Amino acid sequence: MALAKITEVTGKGICVLGDDIDTDRIIPARFMKCVTFDGLGEYLFHDVRFDEDGKPKVHSLNDPAYQNASIIISGANFGCGSSREHAPQSIYRAGFRAIIAGNFAEIFFGNSINLGMPCLSMNEANRKKLSDLVIGNPDAVLKIDLIECKLRSENLVFPFTLNEGARDSLIRGMWDPLDELIEANSEIERVSRTLNYT
Amino acid sequence: MSSKNLFQKVWEAHTVGTLSNEQTQLFVGRHLIHEVTSPQAFGMLREKNLSVRYPERTFATVDHIVPTNESSEPYSDSLADAMIKELRKNCDETGITFFDVGSGMQGIVHVVGPEQGLTQPGMTIACGDSHTSTHGAFGAIAFGVGTSQVRDLLATQTMALNPLKVRRIEVNGKLEPGVYAKDVILHIIRKLGVNGGTGFAYEYGGTVFDGFSMEERMTACNMSIEGGARVGYVNPDEKTFDYLKGRPYAPEDKDWDSSVQVWRDFASDEGCSYDDVVSIDAGEISPTVTWGINPAQAVSIDESIPSVSEVNPSDQESVREALEYMQLEGGTPIKGIPIDVAFIGSCTNGRLSDLEEVASRIHGKKVKEGVKAIVVPGSQIVSKLAQQRGLDKVFIEAGFEWRNAGCSMCLAMNPDKLIGDQLCASSSNRNFKGRQGSPTGRTMLMSPTMVAAAAICGVVTDSRQIFNS
Repeated sequence: MALAKITEVTGKGICVLGDDIDTDRIIPARFMKCVTFDGLGEYLFHDVRFDEDGKPKVHSLNDPAYQNASIIISGANFGCGSSREHAPQSIYRAGFRAIIAGNFAEIFFGNSINLGMPCLSMNEANRKKLSDLVIGNPDAVLKIDLIECKLRSENLVFPFTLNEGARDSLIRGMWDPLDELIEANSEIERVSRTLNYT
Repeated sequence: MSSKNLFQKVWEAHTVGTLSNEQTQLFVGRHLIHEVTSPQAFGMLREKNLSVRYPERTFATVDHIVPTNESSEPYSDSLADAMIKELRKNCDETGITFFDVGSGMQGIVHVVGPEQGLTQPGMTIACGDSHTSTHGAFGAIAFGVGTSQVRDLLATQTMALNPLKVRRIEVNGKLEPGVYAKDVILHIIRKLGVNGGTGFAYEYGGTVFDGFSMEERMTACNMSIEGGARVGYVNPDEKTFDYLKGRPYAPEDKDWDSSVQVWRDFASDEGCSYDDVVSIDAGEISPTVTWGINPAQAVSIDESIPSVSEVNPSDQESVREALEYMQLEGGTPIKGIPIDVAFIGSCTNGRLSDLEEVASRIHGKKVKEGVKAIVVPGSQIVSKLAQQRGLDKVFIEAGFEWRNAGCSMCLAMNPDKLIGDQLCASSSNRNFKGRQGSPTGRTMLMSPTMVAAAAICGVVTDSRQIFNS
């Protein structure tokens, strides 16, 4: 099945501020007791959003103004910690389609690209400016252009970077590598035979 | 022939080709799976009507959700019970070897792999768990992957990956008595930061790593990811080969000598180049304890917790957030902070030598009243060997609970959890907010011996002052 060519992501933004937002915070381990990823969106950032009695806390994700947001703006080292794909899955299944941060932990980055969810690195000054824009006007439409590596909103332009291989995979609709991996069947077998272990 | 480092050699030996996005298609010779990150991958395979390409290259065990105080199924947690049954079914259907609870070989995947001899030098090893870097202790390139990649590995035994740069971290000199591998890696992370290793594999070396046992090397490699490095490794040497000899999946007889030769050749060549080199003096490392909400927020036992005003302006917000969450006052000495729970275990520090070291220190001492202290062996084999040596009795005598093998309170997916804002002295690897099962629970990471000292005194303590080093 051909995958969508992801050349742009358009939507409203939401700020989830702070550096080093780890995957335990994105999806606490107790919600990983599941054999499919289907219901994970509901538990996104659960313990940051709800207190121990399940009552909502003050958090942008609980704010009706951002209810339809689809682009997360955060700090440095986003997605650090556990390799759990449950983290990007819960973000994606909660309706988000792109993340902007200072930089990303490697495993999280790869897991997100595999879902077709771009992770864009933006410098601190621009992230601050973009956050101010979103907080000032939650309805502002952000337009991420993966061809030009620019985000545009309200006549402002915010440059970002994205690993070239990942960008290329997204815009060509090749972000899930499985089909291409399978094609190399005979070469896989050759390498398997050259190894001194099975 | 130009000289190469181990990472480059292993990478080349396992390269299948270059994908259209310029990523490498890398053959992963050993794949380890567990119950939490694999069921979705099997589901994806079924959806695509794909089979497992090399079932003999994948090995499974159950660790994350397994209860440590119940031994018969069905487990009281029905979701956990369903997950273990799902893994059992998936292994049965595909012919994957499963170290099940009844096998006597179950345990934390990063303890089981080495102890079975599945982890060998020069291999590529992947597992849907970020602490897969542990296996690098043997001179393997081992890394954590997401579930979609578990699917890719089951279907093709390969995955798409970018090569890493290599940073050699040399620790030279002599560690003071009472300073352990855990302190070395916490010190490295403190110095280089939680994302200092992003894009790098860490090659650990120097006299300290040369002198380390295999289990100490595993402790250090285990936490590479906490410094942002997906891969951490130590070059293979005689200790590596001695550890592997005679293990169930190690080469036998005439294959042994030829394997050792191949393994030896994978070690980094003398004079090879690195993208970066960092040198650390062993003498500057003390028993180290985390005070915050990431593993780099650590101080040595003689230091005080930093206050917001004394750190770089760019770190002030995160220090403020950490102090608030931990309910600690900047400027307070780390020594003397009261604890509620003590946890000895995990893929970082749940091996036999960890338990032996602690047991040798705690004779005649008792866990402080009011402190809940538990010991969770890393595997059923660790547990059995420890019991044969009478270590379980030493721990129980001292007031620790002795549990069955599993990940337990490191990530609290089983019933072992903190309650409310309890503070836990923990030999595990992560002190993130809520990591140990309570959304307000607090974690301080330290070596197992330091955990025992805290359990006995009821407060964070310099183990060297209460145990005879």
